[in-house]
Amino acid sequence: MSARSVGVVVFPGSNCDHDTEYALSSVCGAIVRMVWHRERDLAGLEAIVVPGGFAHGDYLRTGAIARYSPVMTSVQEFAAQGGPVLGICNGFQILQEAGLLPGAMLRNQHVQFLSQPVSIRVERNDTSASAGLEVGQELTIPIAHGDGNFYLPDGELDRLEANGQVVFRYAGDSADANPNGSARRIAGVCNRERNVVGLMPHPERAAEDALGSSDGRFILDAFLAWRAA
Amino acid sequence: MIAPDLLEKHGLTSEEYERIVQLVGREPNMTELGLFSVMWSEHCSYKSSRRHLKTLPTDGPQVVEGPGENAGAIDIGDGLAAVFKIESHNHPSFIEPFQGAATGVGGILRDIFTMGARPIASLNSLRFGPLDDPRTRRILKGVVAGIGGYGNAFGCPTVGGEVVFEPCYAGNPLVNAFNLGIAEIKGIFRGRADGVGNPVLYIGAKTGRDGIHGATMASAEFGAGSEEKRPTVQVGDPFMEKVLLEACLEALATGAIVGIQDMGAAGLSCSTAEMAARAGNGIEIDLEHVPQRETGMSAYEIMLSESQERMLLVAEAGREKEIEEIFEKWDLHAAAIGRVTNDGRLRVTHGGKIEADVPVTALTDEAPVYDRTWTEPANPAATEDPLRDPPPADLGRTLLELLATPNLASKRWVYRQYDSTVQTNTLVGPGSDAAVVRIKGTHRALAISLDGNGRYGWLDPRAGARLAVAEACRNVVASGARPLGATNCLNFGNPEKPDVMGQLVTAIEGIGEACRTLGTPITGGNVSLYNETDGTAIYPTPVIGVVGLIENAARVLQSGFRETGDRVVLLGATRADLGGSEYLRTIHGRVAGPAPRLDLDVEKKLYELVLAANEAELLRSAHDLSDGGLGVALAECCLASTSGLGGQFELEGQRPDVLLFSESPSRMLVTTTTVEALMSLSREHAVPCAVIGVVGGDRLQIGISATESPAIDVTLSELREAWMCLEHRLTDVRN
Repeated sequence: MSARSVGVVVFPGSNCDHDTEYALSSVCGAIVRMVWHRERDLAGLEAIVVPGGFAHGDYLRTGAIARYSPVMTSVQEFAAQGGPVLGICNGFQILQEAGLLPGAMLRNQHVQFLSQPVSIRVERNDTSASAGLEVGQELTIPIAHGDGNFYLPDGELDRLEANGQVVFRYAGDSADANPNGSARRIAGVCNRERNVVGLMPHPERAAEDALGSSDGRFILDAFLAWRAA
Repeated sequence: MIAPDLLEKHGLTSEEYERIVQLVGREPNMTELGLFSVMWSEHCSYKSSRRHLKTLPTDGPQVVEGPGENAGAIDIGDGLAAVFKIESHNHPSFIEPFQGAATGVGGILRDIFTMGARPIASLNSLRFGPLDDPRTRRILKGVVAGIGGYGNAFGCPTVGGEVVFEPCYAGNPLVNAFNLGIAEIKGIFRGRADGVGNPVLYIGAKTGRDGIHGATMASAEFGAGSEEKRPTVQVGDPFMEKVLLEACLEALATGAIVGIQDMGAAGLSCSTAEMAARAGNGIEIDLEHVPQRETGMSAYEIMLSESQERMLLVAEAGREKEIEEIFEKWDLHAAAIGRVTNDGRLRVTHGGKIEADVPVTALTDEAPVYDRTWTEPANPAATEDPLRDPPPADLGRTLLELLATPNLASKRWVYRQYDSTVQTNTLVGPGSDAAVVRIKGTHRALAISLDGNGRYGWLDPRAGARLAVAEACRNVVASGARPLGATNCLNFGNPEKPDVMGQLVTAIEGIGEACRTLGTPITGGNVSLYNETDGTAIYPTPVIGVVGLIENAARVLQSGFRETGDRVVLLGATRADLGGSEYLRTIHGRVAGPAPRLDLDVEKKLYELVLAANEAELLRSAHDLSDGGLGVALAECCLASTSGLGGQFELEGQRPDVLLFSESPSRMLVTTTTVEALMSLSREHAVPCAVIGVVGGDRLQIGISATESPAIDVTLSELREAWMCLEHRLTDVRN
C-alpha cells in the first residue's frame, strides 16, 4: 500500500499542527501537506486532519470563527464525498461548529483546563478512525482542554447512541475517569456516514513509547488505512 | 523646573535628576523625563545589583550567548542552541493574579523567540502565603489559571516548576517564569539596530494606555493602596503572541532582518534605546506611525505603554516588502515607524514636533550604578540549636504529616491545569525532579529544574543561594543530564536597606561560588527588588534554573521504584542538617538553625558518580534528596512508582529525626540490580554509598538501627492519601 497523502489544516492559533504532522509523517509514514486556512484546494489529498489548538484564539466560542475560514467549505465538500476527516480536540470543536459532527462542548465540569492521561474505550470499529480496532479495547491517551464536556440533550443522546455514533468513551470508574464531565462519558463521535470522526484526547501525543504511550497510533494508523466502502 | 513631587512620582531622586540634566545638557521635557524614569528604574537598569552581578561566572566553552541579550544560549550539539531565561512578574501578579501571571509567561516567551528560537518548554517557580488564607487561595488560583491560560493557548508545554507556601510571601507572592527554546546557533538573532538608514518596524498588537509605568511600579514597595494599581498591569492575548511567534520566525528565516527585540518592560522606550545602544547607533521614530488602540495618546503615553505582544524589528533597507508580505499572511501589519541613524540619539517626533531628543547611552550605559551600603547578614535564628526538640514518638505519623504539608504534597492540582504534553517532546513532565524534553531530529534531550529555598536564604543568604544552585543541578543530574548552564531570578526586598542589600550581595557571591564549581555559567536572568509589603521583606529568594544535556534520550532516569527486588542505595553522607528544614518547620513550628552545610567539591563528585553509573547502565532510577530528607524521598519513590511498589529499609544511626528528615545536600537515592559494580564505582569517585533496602510490596517500612519492629510502617494508600491533600483542599473550597 502506498503512503497516504494527508492534509493538516492550519488556522492562526492552531498549535498541534506540527505535532500532528510529525506523528503522521515521521511516525506513521504518511505524506503530509499543511493546508493554510485560506486555501480551498484539497486536490490530491486522501484524508484531512483538523488539529488541536486555539484556532483564532477560541475567541467568541471554541471553533466559532474557524468554521468560517475558506478551507472549511472545502473540508465540508471533501466529507460529503465520503473522504475521511479527523478532528482532534479543537479540531473536533471546529467540526461541531461546522455542522459535520453532532454535539457541543461545555466548559469542563470543574471549570479548569485539564491536562492528564485518560483511558478511552473503543465503542465502534466501523469508523474512519477506529476501523480494525477491537470494540472494548482501552487506549491511554492524554487530554488537554478547557472545553471538552460533551453535551447534547437527552433525546438527542439516545438517537446518537441508537445510530452508533459514539466512537470512544472515557473508561474506568475512578473519580478522574471522566474528568471533564462529558454526557455519557463521550470522548469521541462520528457522523452518520462514519467517515468524519472527532475526539478530545490527542492520539498524536501518544504515538511513541518514549512519550509514555503509543496507543494513539492505533487511531492514526486506522485513519490512514481507512477506505470508504 | 521640575517639581519634587513629579520626580517622586517618576521614582527618580534629585541627584538622579541632576545627572539627567547634565547628560542631556538641559532640563528634560515631560516625555524625556518619562523615558529616564523607566530606563533608570531598578527593573530596567539593575542599578542596585549591577556591580555585584558582574562578579558572576558567565563564560564557558558551551556558552553561545551570555547575559545582556534578550536571553542566554548554550551549545547543545548538532549546531543547535538552547536559548533560555527566567523572569519575575511578582508585583503585577499580586495586583491582578490572572493577567499578572499570564503576561509574565508572555514576556518570557517573547524574550526567547526574539532570539530566533522556537519555545519548547516553560517552567515556573511560584511562592505564596499560607494556604489556609483565603487571599492566598484567590491569588494561587488566579496565577495558575493565568499561566495555563497563556501557555496552553500559545502552545508551549509547561513541564515543571515549584510551588512553595510561606507566610513571608502572603502580601508579596513570587511568580517567576522560565522558558527555553531551540535555535540553530547560526540563526540566533540579537537586539541590535545595525545599519544606518535601515528601517525600524513595529509589529504586533496596537499600543494602548495599559501598563504605563509598569517598570516603575515593579521598582517600589507595596503599601496600602497597591491593589488600586490595576491599570498598570497589562492584559495578555496569547493568540496574538502565537501568531506573532509564527510570523516572526518566518520573517527571521528570510535573512532580511537585522535585529529584533520585544517590547516588554518600558515598551517602545526600552526596545528603541537598547537596540540602538548595542549597535552604537541612534534611532529616530515618528509616533504618528505607531499603531494605536486609543485616540489622543500623548508621546509620553505611547513611549511608556507596556501593551503586550509587540515587537520592534530593524530590517535591511529595500527588503521591507518581503517582510510586509509575511506579516500580512498572518493578519499582522509591519509598520515602518522610523530608521537607524548615526548620531547616537533617540529622537522621537509626534505630529511634526520633536518630543524627545536624548543621547541613547544616557538612557542605557549611563544609567546610575549604585554601590549601596550593605551589612553582613547575621540572623539570630541561625544560631539556635536545631536538635533542641526531641524526636517525635510516632515517626510514621510524622512522615504522613510532612507529606501532607502544602510544600511537600503533590502539586497535581496545579500542574494539571497546564498543558504539559503539547509539542510531543515531554519525556518527563511536572511532578518530577527535573523536567525532560527531547530534541526532535537528534538523540538528545534536555533536563531543566528550577529551585530556590527561602528558609535557607533567610537563615543564611549565601548558603541559601549555594544550596539553590546545587539543588537545581542535582535535580538535573538525577535525570541523567550533565548541567551546562544556569539562569537566575533574584527576588529580594528593598535594596536601600543595608540588611536587605547584604542579603543580595552575599547571595550573588554564593551563586557565583556554586556555579563556578559546578560548571554552570550564568547566561542571564532577572532581578526583582522591593518585594516588601508594609515594610516587611520577603525571605531572600534566589531562584535558579539549570539546564542539562542528556546525550542519549533513552537513558533518562526517573525517580519511581521500578521492580521488586531492586536494591535501594543511598549515595552521599547524612549529617545533622535539620536547620531550616521542612521537618523543623512543620513538626516543631520553627524556622531556625544553621542552613545545611554544602561542600561544593563533594556535590560535584556525586554528579560525576551518578553520570558515570548511568553511562555504565548501573541505575534503574534516581531521586534527588532535598526538602523533607530521606524519609520523604523514599515515600516519593514509592508514590512515583508506576507499578505501585513500596520497599523495606534499614537505617543505622542515633537520632531517627536526623536519619529520616535531615536535609543534607550532596545525596541521591538510586536503585540498582548491580550493587557490587555501583559500590566499586562509588569508591572510585570517593562518594559514600550504602545499600539501605530493597524494592517490593505495597508498604513503606523503615527500621532504624535494627529495632525489632519498623519505626515506620505505612501502606502506599496511606501515603497517597496524605500526599494528595492539596488537591482535596483546593478542589473542595470554591474560592
